[in-house]
Order: sequence, then C-alpha cells, then structure tokens
Amino acid sequence: MHQFIRLHIVASLLLLIATLVFGLLASWAFLFPETYNQYLPFYQLRPFHVSAALFWIISGASACVMHFKNDAFGYSNQNKTLEKLYITTWIGTIIAIFACYALKKFGGREYWEFPPVLCLPLLISWLLLMGSYFLPWFKSAANQPMYVWMWSTGLLFFLLTFLEQNLWQIPWFRQSYLREVTIQWKANGSSVGAWNQILYGTSLYLMVKISGNEKIARGYPAFFFYILGLSNLMFNWGHHVYNLPASSWIRNTSYLISMTEWVFFIRMVQGFKNTLDDRRRYKNLIPYRYLIASEFWVFLNLLLALLMSVPAINRYTHGTHFTVAHAMGTTIGINTMILLSGFSYMLGIDKIKDKAKKIIGTQYWICQYSLGVFWFSLIAAGFIKGYMVTFQGNTNFQEVMAYVSKALTVSSIAGAGLLISLGTIAVVYIRQAVTMVVREQ
Amino acid sequence: MKVLVWTSLFIIFSIYTYLVYSQCDQKDTTTTQPNAAARAGFNTWQQKNCQTCHQLYGLGGYMGPDLTNIASDPVKNEAYIRAFITTGTAKMPNFHLQDAEINNIIAFLRWVDKSGRNIVPKEKVTLSGNYNLDH
Repeated sequence: MHQFIRLHIVASLLLLIATLVFGLLASWAFLFPETYNQYLPFYQLRPFHVSAALFWIISGASACVMHFKNDAFGYSNQNKTLEKLYITTWIGTIIAIFACYALKKFGGREYWEFPPVLCLPLLISWLLLMGSYFLPWFKSAANQPMYVWMWSTGLLFFLLTFLEQNLWQIPWFRQSYLREVTIQWKANGSSVGAWNQILYGTSLYLMVKISGNEKIARGYPAFFFYILGLSNLMFNWGHHVYNLPASSWIRNTSYLISMTEWVFFIRMVQGFKNTLDDRRRYKNLIPYRYLIASEFWVFLNLLLALLMSVPAINRYTHGTHFTVAHAMGTTIGINTMILLSGFSYMLGIDKIKDKAKKIIGTQYWICQYSLGVFWFSLIAAGFIKGYMVTFQGNTNFQEVMAYVSKALTVSSIAGAGLLISLGTIAVVYIRQAVTMVVREQ
Repeated sequence: MKVLVWTSLFIIFSIYTYLVYSQCDQKDTTTTQPNAAARAGFNTWQQKNCQTCHQLYGLGGYMGPDLTNIASDPVKNEAYIRAFITTGTAKMPNFHLQDAEINNIIAFLRWVDKSGRNIVPKEKVTLSGNYNLDH
C-alpha cells in the first residue's frame, strides 16, 4: 500500500475522532443550552459533528476504493498523481470547511452547512478521484465482479447527487418551496445510497478475500441484489418528504420501491445459518468481526427503515429521533464497521501485538453495547415525541421536549461509551498506520 | 445483458428525475413566487444555520419547534415570532439580526406556510398505509 493512502487513512480516522468528540459536545449543548450558548452553541457544534461524520465515511470509503481497486484492476494501472491531487484537495477543503464553522460562516443546506463556494473544490477533488478510478477501469477486463460494479456506481452517483444537491443555487429551483425541498431530499437520500454502494462493495470485496470464494461476487443472483439496491438508491428517497403536499406519484413510487427491501430482509433471515457457520470459521479475524457487526446493524436498521417507509407509520416517526436513530445506526453500525473492517485488512491489524489486539477486542464489545443503548434510547425519544405530538396532539413543544430529554440523556451517556471505544480503536489504527509509514522510510 | 439492464434502469431514472423536477410542486398552494423579502429571508435562514435547530416539514434539527406553519398559528402571531428572534431565549441564542433581516425571515416563513400544512391529518391515511392528499 502506498504511503499517501496510509496518510489518507490517518486523516479519515482523525475525522472519526472529531465526529465522536463533536457529537458528544453537541449532545451536551442540546441538553444544557443555557451553559453552552455562551461558548459553543448547538447550532455551531452540530455542523462540526455532521460534516466530520459525512467526511469520515466518504474519505474512508475512498481510501478503501483507492487501495482495493489496485487488486481488482492491477497495480500497474494505478494513477498516483491523480490520487495525490484528490487527497490534497479533499482534505484541504475539509480543513477550510471547519475553519468556516469556527468563524460561524454558514450558508449551505442540511448536511452541507458550509458556504456553498466550497462545493467547487469538493467537486474538483471528486472528479480527480473518479479520473484515478475510471482510467484503469476502462482498461480492465469486461466481466468484473459485483464489487467493482458497486464501487463504480457509488462514485458516479455521488457525483450526480452532489450536483443535484447544489441545484438550489439556480433561481428556478427556488421559485417553489415544495420543489426546492423535494429536490434537496431527493439528492440527500440518493447520496446516502451512493456511498452505501461504495461501502457494500467494499464489504463484498472483503468477504471474497476472507473466504476465498469469488462466486459470491459473480453470477445473476449477485447482480439481482445489486440492481435491487440501485433501484432503491434511485427511487427510495421519498420517505423524507411523505408529508409534503407534493405530487402523490412521488410518494407512491417511493412506497412501492421501498417495500422491495423486504427481499433483502428475507434473504438476511435465510442466510442467518450460513453466517453462523462462517462466524465459527473466521471468528479470530478482526476484519471479519467488523463485517459481522455491520450485518447485525443492517438487520436492525433495515427493519426500522421498512417500518418508517410505510406512510401511516412515518406519520408518527417523521421529524422525531426515530430518524436520528436510523441515521446513527447506519453511520456507526454499518458504515463505520465496514470501514474499520477495510482498514483492519489494509493495515494488517491481525498481525499486530497481542496486547493491542486485546485492546481492540475489548473496545469492539464496548462499542457494540454502547451503540445498542444509544440506538434504543433514540428510538425511545422518537416514540415519546411521536406519541405526544401525533397521537395525543400535544402542541406544547417545551412540554414534549421535557419528556424527550430524559431519553436523550441516556443516549448522551452511551455516546461517551462510543467516544471511548471507537476513539481507542482509531488511535490504535493511527499508530499502526504511522508505524508502517515510518518503517518504510 | 447486465449492461443493458443497467442502461435501461438509468434511462428510467433520468426520465423520473425530469418528472420530479417539473411536476413535484403541482400541489403547491403558493400561486405567487417568493418576493424579494422572502428570497432574502431564505438566504438569512441558511446563513444563520436556522435549519440546524428548526424543522420545516419535519426536516432539520430537533432543538427547536417545527416552523412550517408558524406564520398562520392562531396563537403565535408575528409579534411573538419577532420577539423570539429579537431577544432570543434561554435555549435560542440572540443572533443580533437587523430589523430588515427579521422582516425577511418572517416573509420567508409566510411563504413556506402558504405552500401547505406540515401535519398529515389522520383521515388522510388509507387502508394501504399510504396517504391520500388529493382531496
């Protein structure tokens, strides 16, 4: 592995640590605004947390693709110049974004709250990454495994959704509020689908490498599930805007497509026995442990997503912490677990000292239990608000939040557990990456 | 075969995207486009990062209440909104906005309010679990 990819892994892990620190601070600012508003208000901390999380996932995913594609396409095809330019521009822009937040300079939209001019260097850097990926892709063999399809799709659709996300800067898109907000959430929803394609592709690649069974990434069954996932990326974003008085066919399409996710769910239940067999076989491998954790969280979050995709249920869950539970369960339980699996594989974590491996093993379980408490407490917060507002018709916001805050206090404590466990794992991985860089020099 | 399936799906997605762009707001009750004040208010809303604490149509942060229909709230009138923004509260910081900026934000919230109602009434839920918002 090249040094610049290792350094990109280090930068990604620093973003993970930043996500956890800002997340915990933001939860305290939410619970104790009177204290925090003087120094670090919630409206400043939340963008730090959200952007750090977003860039942790995308940066980590790009590090995995940059490295693993060399195996898929052949190392001789690697374009190091484009990759170095991508990393420099990307990380440089992230630093500029954080500087804007520190100066309270905003101007963007949900998830992308920085001044929109910074979207330009992000766009350029993504094009550089795509160039470094697709140039060798064109020269590679025609019949590629499904993980290559997934990486390619993810990279392409992230570009499309990023452009779509910025359409609000064209006046026509802001002439109607419904149009503006519908397109914003179409882009946001599909963007999540795009980086999930990259991450699920990485997960599939790792499963192939761990098991040595290339068949699981080839053939029509694998292609069928890929196409089903792609259809959901394209059309299953509407649950964000179910309650908008927009055209009904948008809601109907999304509701219909989202129900195809039951196929994934049934497949997971059917494959449970095989997973148990594999688990016994590979239980000592650290990358595999993370993949198993990600599958468990896919199961729970898929069930939650299926329920939230039914408009009659969405009526209770929309605008509550159910949405946060789903977002956090997905980003920590699925995305972060897959990235840590990929990083473990790349950094050779299975070969490090036993003492360090023991630390990872302990923190892994603290992370899983903390996430469990975190996830269920957010669901409890969502349930309280949904019940009080939609079922009881309580319109007194402060009264509702007084009850919700009790559940959020529990989630904040669990968040501290996540900071300690994932933070410790990140530090061990950073040390390993830096040691490898120093050793090579 | 695989490339054909992928291309077909992408074409359907492109048509669908065009339809979303051109037809998604057919039910928008706003007959007029936003005036200059509402447009300026929308920009201030973003520059002050209001969406990180407040929701519109249930989208945004959870710190403060949803403001989709605050402009037509029978109890919380314009003076109430103005007082909140001007002085802040224990939970909401005072952003020290100019009078013109406050007027613009109120104009923006009025424009959003005219686009529809945030809460879907119970009677709009159908047996299929979907909504019927046509009538």
